Formats: sequence, structure tokens, C-alpha cells
Amino acid sequence: MAKTLFQKIWDSHVVKTLPDGTVLLYIDRHLVHEVTSPQAFEGLRLSKRSVRRPELTFSTLDHNVPTDDPFNIKDPISKAQVEALMNNCRDNGIKLFDYSTGNQGIVHTIGPEMGITLPGLTIVCGDSHTSTHGAFGTLAFGIGTSEVEHVLATQTLRQTKPKTFKVEFVGRLQPGCTSKDMVLKLIGLIGTAGGTGYVMEYCGEAVRALSMEARMTICNMSIEGGARAGLIAPDETTFQYVASGHRPYAPRGAELEKAIAYWRTLPTEEGAEFDRTIKIDTSAISPQVTWGTSPGMVTDVDGVVPNPDGVPGYSRRDVEQALDYMGLKPGMRMTDIKPDTIFIGSCTNARIEDLRKVAKLVKGRRKAGSLRVMVVPGSQQVRRQAEAEGLDKVFLDFGAEWRHAGCSMCLGMNPDQLKPGERSASTSNRNFEGRQGKGGRTHLVSPEMAAAAAVEGHFVDIRKWDGLKALTA
Amino acid sequence: MEPFSSHRGLVAILDRANVDTDAIIPKQFLKSIKRTGFGESLFFDWRYLPDGEPDPAFVLNHGRYQGASILVVRNNFGCGSSREHAVWAVMQYGFRAVIAPRQEIGGAQIPGFADIFRNNSVKNGLLTVELAAEEVDKIFEMVERNKGLQASIDLDEQRVVLHLPEELAFHFDIDPVVKKHLRHGLDDIALTMEHADAIGAFEKHHNVQMAG
Ligand code: SF4
Repeated sequence: MAKTLFQKIWDSHVVKTLPDGTVLLYIDRHLVHEVTSPQAFEGLRLSKRSVRRPELTFSTLDHNVPTDDPFNIKDPISKAQVEALMNNCRDNGIKLFDYSTGNQGIVHTIGPEMGITLPGLTIVCGDSHTSTHGAFGTLAFGIGTSEVEHVLATQTLRQTKPKTFKVEFVGRLQPGCTSKDMVLKLIGLIGTAGGTGYVMEYCGEAVRALSMEARMTICNMSIEGGARAGLIAPDETTFQYVASGHRPYAPRGAELEKAIAYWRTLPTEEGAEFDRTIKIDTSAISPQVTWGTSPGMVTDVDGVVPNPDGVPGYSRRDVEQALDYMGLKPGMRMTDIKPDTIFIGSCTNARIEDLRKVAKLVKGRRKAGSLRVMVVPGSQQVRRQAEAEGLDKVFLDFGAEWRHAGCSMCLGMNPDQLKPGERSASTSNRNFEGRQGKGGRTHLVSPEMAAAAAVEGHFVDIRKWDGLKALTA
Repeated sequence: MEPFSSHRGLVAILDRANVDTDAIIPKQFLKSIKRTGFGESLFFDWRYLPDGEPDPAFVLNHGRYQGASILVVRNNFGCGSSREHAVWAVMQYGFRAVIAPRQEIGGAQIPGFADIFRNNSVKNGLLTVELAAEEVDKIFEMVERNKGLQASIDLDEQRVVLHLPEELAFHFDIDPVVKKHLRHGLDDIALTMEHADAIGAFEKHHNVQMAG
């Protein structure tokens, strides 16, 4: 029978099927960060267990680190958490990418960048956006702290097999539209729980045309559609990415050739069946902007804030609550919304390609009025690369802040937060109430749309925006 | 973890859908390196006023719900991040079970609970009960009308009973694996370690670089 990409990865990782039907699934890479791991290490210690495969475990500091002065954590509780991870890694022989390594960054940015993320693997992390790594055709998903402890101790997870969901993007993106718009559109269509219980596979001409970085953006937000994992079949673009750059953990030479030959066998075969499918016309996707407090509360930039009764997947009350929180009225044009803060960052959109695009769009300009613009690279490597290309200068001349790597205002666990009532245009992935700071109002957009809003002071339809020429030229 | 067989307690309602993990436990409380002390911070942004006093408008602060141990909510509870702190907060506040509806909105089936939250619940002995939307509507209505309404949840029988003058009962489905885990308070790691030989054998032929 024809097999899906998911099925092939799953099959090659089943250690054993247990009598109750669950499967012991082998885990090839375990990524760890400071926030969801301390209780897991503590659990191991209390039960006198050890880490089974420390060399398959990689950790970094990202969630709560300050991005203005990373060497100086003022908050004592954050500091204790960072120190706990350092000690846990040292005691258990786990590789930690801290500041001194020059490879620190958001866990989902550094995995691919360091060549830790490769096609055909299983990767887990105590973080829901682990789905990002699926862009390589690797089965990657977020787990809770109890499961982190389980993986540390056994290098396996007990899993029931998810169902499969094929998301086919036909046609091509319009100029100015991005993979962020593709995934926001999808979530708007299926809702934030539409993918619950499924592994998504994104395919079609529009996906094949995307760079690795743009693919990661789509897979990253699989969880916002309810799916724990998203997959994209590996192809030449993938191999090219793995083979290029400084990726100390990726195979090289003959090993790489051998690996690529294997990776070529992974894509879903003709005729393989999925439990559910959806087909989306990519050429009809407009730039997307969220207007509510759930990623599925999203619309076209040339649209209006919807009527509470007209939103698929949400009840009237859900929408009323959201609009009240966001300070918006039905019928308002999306392009009339004026953010106070522009946040370019997060594991969704803070890779070098994102920063290059933003820099092109803002180069030689000044940010609008009193806007605050923050640019936070996903990793130290991205930061160095950007500085080597002079992008930092472009951002600073524009009036933006140029920060150190970390999660920053994506979740505001460090001091980077919105104040009550403040409105952001954010390239991150969640617009939940209080996500970027208590009372803060988040509009999710692509980096290009965020840049255009930073120039104009309000959302603009980037397709018709004069400044777009800088990208296409 | 503490096994779950049956539980009787006061029922509280929170009339919201898509309650995300940031709402359940905001990020500032994730800095702890302990597994305890999250109960006071459950629903923090809704529960407290800026000066730190309980917000009288928030439903769980109402006198009638003090001491509640069963929480009834709307669909897709616990969506968002993988933070297990959300489950710890719900339990440490005093809830033993959460009830949420499967809902059909515009042709799409929306489950009662988000995937990772449900998973994390099992590991900690929090029972998540999914009922039909009409059944949950009924529970909301009965709780609103009957101050002090208690319910019993029996895991063996897979039944929720509202203790009204005329008892109302609802059957719920549950994955047999989940049921067994909750019922016996099983330690997953210990169970998996019994298969250490199989894991060792698997590792002998499994190439973690190519996974082939
Ligand atoms: S950038 Fe945001 S979404 Fe990504 S790992 Fe950090 S906090 Fe989570």
C-alpha cells in the first residue's frame, strides 16, 4: 500500500507496540529549554534515574532571557531558572548552547540552523512550536514536562497514532503575500481546533516553491490550527539547506550523500490515503491580519472587522469578547487599525530571510510617528549574519531597536511586554489575551506586513503599497 | 500520581470557549522551578484586579463557587502552549475534573480539550470529560439555577451525575488507555522502563543520524 511521509517516519521509529495499542516511539532528538525542563530534571533526580542518551539531547536559553543585556538577568526568578538549566545540563552531560557558545537562540531557530534538525527524524521538545521542525520532513511535536522527563529517562514516548490531514496549496502566491498568510488563511478556514488529533502534511506547488525558512513558518503554526505536528516532504530545497552554511551537527561528504539518498525515499507516495484533505487556492490568498484573541480570528487586510454573527468556528459571544478586548468595532476597516508597537521576532519569523526582507522594505525610511519598533533575531547566529550584512544599521536608522536573540515579546516572559491597551503588529504566532503583556492587543501578520505598518503607522495592503517595489526590484 | 476512581464535589462554571494556556496560567508564573504553588495564579489575569485584590466580577470569585472541585467550560479548553503548569494550576486550585463539550460549529468538529492539555492531564491525574454540546448546555443551566449544585463523576461507570432533586446523569466516552492510567495512577516511566531491553535492541540497528 502507498505510504504517506508520516507513516514512513512513524514506522521507522516504533520500538514496540504495547498490548493496550499504544506505541513506544523512539525519539532521535530532544530539545530542552529553561522553562519546561526544571521539574523534569527534578523528577529524574528524585527517582534516581539518569538521562538515557545525553548526546541526543540539546538545550538552549530562550524564553525568559533579556534581549537588551543578555549577560545581566535582573529578575532573580528568571536567573534561578537559567542557572537550574545550566546545572542540569552540566550534571547530565547535555550540550547547552548558552551565550558563550555564540549559538544561543530560540530553540526552534537553532535546531535547523545547527543541523540538529534533519529529515526523517523524530524530534520533541517541551514546547508546542516544535512543529516548526516538520518543515524538514521530520516528525516533530511539543510535549509536556512529564513527557520531557519520560524522554530524558527512556528516549521514547508512549503514543497513540495520530490521523493524517493533507493540506494542499495549489497555485502561486501573489507578490507581497507570504507563507505566514498561507498558514493564517488555513487556520481561519479550519479553526484553531480543526487539526486536533491530526498530523498535517502541507503540499502542492505553492509549498514546493517556498524556501526552507518560509516552510518553517507554516509548520510552526500547525499547533495554532490544533495539530501537534506539520510535515513538508524533503526535496532539493531541503537538501540544499542542510548542505549549506555552518551546521556542525549535519552530516557532510559521503555521509551526507548517503543521507540524501535515504531522504529521497521519504515523500508520500502516489495514491497514499489521508484521513482528511483540504485544497486551498493560494493565488486567492490576500495578506492576513488577525483582529481577535485567537489565531483563527483572522481576515484579509482589505477586509473589515467582522460582525459577531459571521465568524466561522466562533460563537457570537466569543467574537464579542474578543472585539471588546481588542477595542475594535465591527465594520472597521483593517487598514484603519494603528499599532503602537511593531514586533519582528519569534520562532515563526525571526530568521535571516525574514530580517533581510524587513530591511529591504524599511531601508532609507523612518518609522511612523511615535511607534516602537523592535527587531529581535531568532538566534545569535542570525544576529551575527544580519550585522555582517549591515541590516542592524538599516534597522537603527529606521528608528527600530536591535535586540539580542530570544523569545522576547512573543510571550513577554522577559521585560519585553506590551502595556495594557497597547496594540502590536507582531510576526509571532499567538494573539491570546495578555500574551504579549497584560491587556496588550496583538495583531498577527507577516514580517513584510509588519514592516509596511511600521512605515505607514497603520496596516496597509502591501500588494498595492508603493514600498513593495523594494522587495521585488 | 493520585489514582482517580470517583469524585463528588461542587461544580463551577466558566462560560468561555478556547480558554488558552496563557489565560490558565500567565507566563510570569512559569519561571518557577518547582511543581507546586501554581493554584493561586490560576486564571490570574481574570481573577485579580490590578491592585492584587480578587476581581468580584470573575465567576470563580463568586461566593457560591468557593471550594468547587469540578470545572465546566466551553470547547477547546487548554489550547496554546504545551506548559504542563496549566494542568498543575487547575489541580492545585482544587479541581479534580474539567468538563467541556465537543462542539460542531459551521460543520467543523471542535473537541472539548486541546491535545497537549489533555495529554498532560492524564499524566497528573486530572480527569477531562468530554460531553455533547447539549449536555454541557444543560449542566450550565442547572448550575446557574441551583446554587451549591454538586456532581459525582464515576470513572468506572463513565458517568457524570448532577445531584438535583431529580438526578441527571450523563454517560461519557474515554480512551481505555487513559482510563486505565487514571484509575491506577500509573507511573509511565516505570512502565516504559520494563521495556528497556526492547529499547536497547532497537537502538542497536537504529541510525539516529538518518533514522533509517
Ligand atoms: S518564540 Fe514564542 S512561540 Fe516560539 S518558542 Fe519562544 S515563546 Fe514559544
